[in-house]
Formats: sequence, structure tokens, C-alpha cells
Amino acid sequence: MTKEEAHIRKLLVEVTDPEIPVLSIMDMGIVRDIEIQEEKVHIKITPTYSGCPAMDTIAMEIKYTLEQAGYPTDVELILAPAWTTDWITENGRQKLEAYGIAAPLEESADKQALLGRSKVVKCTNCGSQNTKLVSQFGSTACKALFQCLDCLEPFDYFKCLK
Amino acid sequence: MNDQQALYQYLLLLGDSPMILGHRLSELCGHGPSLETDIALTNISLDLFGQVRNYFQYAAKVQAEGKSEDDIAFLRLAHEHRNVLLTEQPNTDFAHVIGRQMFFDTFHQLLLEALRDSKDEQIAAIAHKSLKEVKYHTRFSSEWVKRLGDGTAESHRRMQDALDHLWPYAGELVQESPLEKQMKQQGIGADLEQIRPLYWERVNAILREATLEVPENSWFQAGGKKGIHTEHLGYILSDLQYMQRAYPNMSW
Repeated sequence: MTKEEAHIRKLLVEVTDPEIPVLSIMDMGIVRDIEIQEEKVHIKITPTYSGCPAMDTIAMEIKYTLEQAGYPTDVELILAPAWTTDWITENGRQKLEAYGIAAPLEESADKQALLGRSKVVKCTNCGSQNTKLVSQFGSTACKALFQCLDCLEPFDYFKCLK
Repeated sequence: MNDQQALYQYLLLLGDSPMILGHRLSELCGHGPSLETDIALTNISLDLFGQVRNYFQYAAKVQAEGKSEDDIAFLRLAHEHRNVLLTEQPNTDFAHVIGRQMFFDTFHQLLLEALRDSKDEQIAAIAHKSLKEVKYHTRFSSEWVKRLGDGTAESHRRMQDALDHLWPYAGELVQESPLEKQMKQQGIGADLEQIRPLYWERVNAILREATLEVPENSWFQAGGKKGIHTEHLGYILSDLQYMQRAYPNMSW
């Protein structure tokens, strides 16, 4: 990695998802390619969900952040390969949990829930494993709604998307 | 119709049904029967609109007349829309909403699975992306049809009423139009002949589990794919297109 690219990567870590402000777009796995050309930096990003309203803001933030640092920038939205929760980094998963959003489990756990067996999503408030799925659809496209049956607090779960 | 025009029309056909259904679902924002269902229906609407934007952005590029996705979404007349009639049906009650959704989602999932193999790379990419979202939709709507059908006497009666009302619109989804045939032959479109038996099999399995009586009628209303619509579409468009018609060229 060139010095320039390392610098750009460092700058991009500062760009966060406006809906989950603790999470950098680098931790989310949204940035798919960084191409440094002579006159411009070309960044490819991919949406988490097709209808994710945060993508325009994220694209603008990337352009703004890099151009402030003196890199004229183009941002391109690509669809393939489609984003998966596997691209969230370990660091990102820890930040999600600390923020109060349970990190995505394996897909098999979601299938278990489909078959009526409960999947174990740990409560982000008290750590209890005694939780239930309230709704597959939560406050944003990427989240499902859970409730802890011990401390009774509701919490978000970042659904598995593969 | 040359290849480019056919591709453009096919993208409209792919985008129009989710757009009109997405609009119907958006009408329920703040009116869902419970907070969770309200949020789920608007989430599904958002997913559908995201997918529609992908189709229409691509359509605008294919058309190459300097138009945008907004021109395609907001400035066409009723007869230029290729959505199926099912998606125009009103939000009579929750049973109608969820029944309409179940028919569409069941088909939509099969359609996207097929479109993953499209020779057109952008259509294949959109299908891969959308499919992940649509699996959640299918799960939601089919579970609710079962819950209502196999629920109380009242929920069963309402679900059966909704099914009887929606049934004549359930077949158009899998009826192949000349445009779809042409796109299939080019390796770009999905093969509805292959999807049809799977669709009916899945629909029937859901209805059986929901203890609902499957209507025997096998004649279906159609016309949406060639621009002939029910009276509902005009009202939808006057709502959907209001801002662009009243304030031409406005943008956010």
C-alpha cells in the first residue's frame, strides 16, 4: 500500500454511517475499492440495503472529507457483489455491541428462528441470553427488534444479510 | 421494437410493480395495525423503492435521452405503466394488505432468483442485491397469512374474504407477455413458464397451511403489463406525481 493510500484509508475511517454514528464506513465494509489516479481518487461504495437512505449522505461525506485533505474525489455506487454482513470487521462488531446493537449472528441462527426455534441473541443491556424476537423489521432496514425477557429492555439486532 | 427499446420497456416492467406496491405500502405509514407491522410495512416499502431506483437509474441510462430516474417515476401517464393489477389493489384492511403482499413476494422471490442468471450484468446485480431483502418480505407476509387464516373466526373470515377478492389478480404475475417472451429469448429476462408451477405450488402450500379455501377460478384479470389498468392507478398516480406535476423540475 502506498503512503497516499494509507492516508486516504485513515481519512475514510473518520467517515461514519449517519444512522449508526459509532461505525466507520471502513468497519461496515461499504468501501469496495480505492483507486488513486493521477488527478483524482476514485472510490467505489456499495449500499447495505437497496433503499438505504444514508448512501447519498455517505457519498457526500467521503467526497467532502477527502477533498478537504486535498484529494479531488469521485464516488461511484456499485451493486455487485452485493453487500453482506460478513464484511463488517471484528472491530465494527465490537463497536456495534458497545453501542447497544447486537451484532449479526451466523445465517444458520436466522434460519433456526425461521423454523420456530429461537436463536440466541444476547441482550446488549444485561448480557442475558433469554431474549425474544419482536419483529424482523426494526428502526432501519438493517435492524430487527428484540426484547430481553430478563431486564425487559428492547434492543436492536443487526440482521444477518448474506 | 429494437433491442435497446425492449430492454428499456423491460426495466419499466420490472420496476413498475414494486413502485406501485411500494406506494400502496407507504400509504400505511403511521396507520399499521400495530407498531411492529407498521414499521415492517414501511421497511418493505423502502426496500422496494430502493430496488425501483436501481431499475430506473439503469433504464434512464439505457434510454440515453438525458432523463433521470425521477422523470421515469413521476412523469409517465397511466397507460405507460407496466405494473400488474394486483399491486394497484387498495389497502381495504390488513388481510387485503398482507394477502396482496404474499402473492407479490412469492412471485418476486422466484423472479429475482431467475434474474440472477440474466445475461445483462446490471439486471443480475440488482437481482442478487434485491433477493436478500425480498426473502425477509416473503417470510413476513406468508407468516401473517397463516397467522390470520389459522387464527380466530374473525381473522379467518377476513383473510378468506381478502383471498377471494385478490384471487382474480393473482395469475397475471406469471402470465408471459410478448415483451417478457422477447427478453427471455435474449437471455436477459426471466422464464415465466418455469416460474409459474413453482409460484402456484408455493402459494397453495401457504394457503393450505393457513386453512384457507383456495378459490377454484382459474381465469385471471390481466392487462397491466401492456398498460391497461384498473381505475385505482389513476388515483395512485395523481398522489404519487403531485409534486412533479405541480412544481415541474423540482428536486430535493
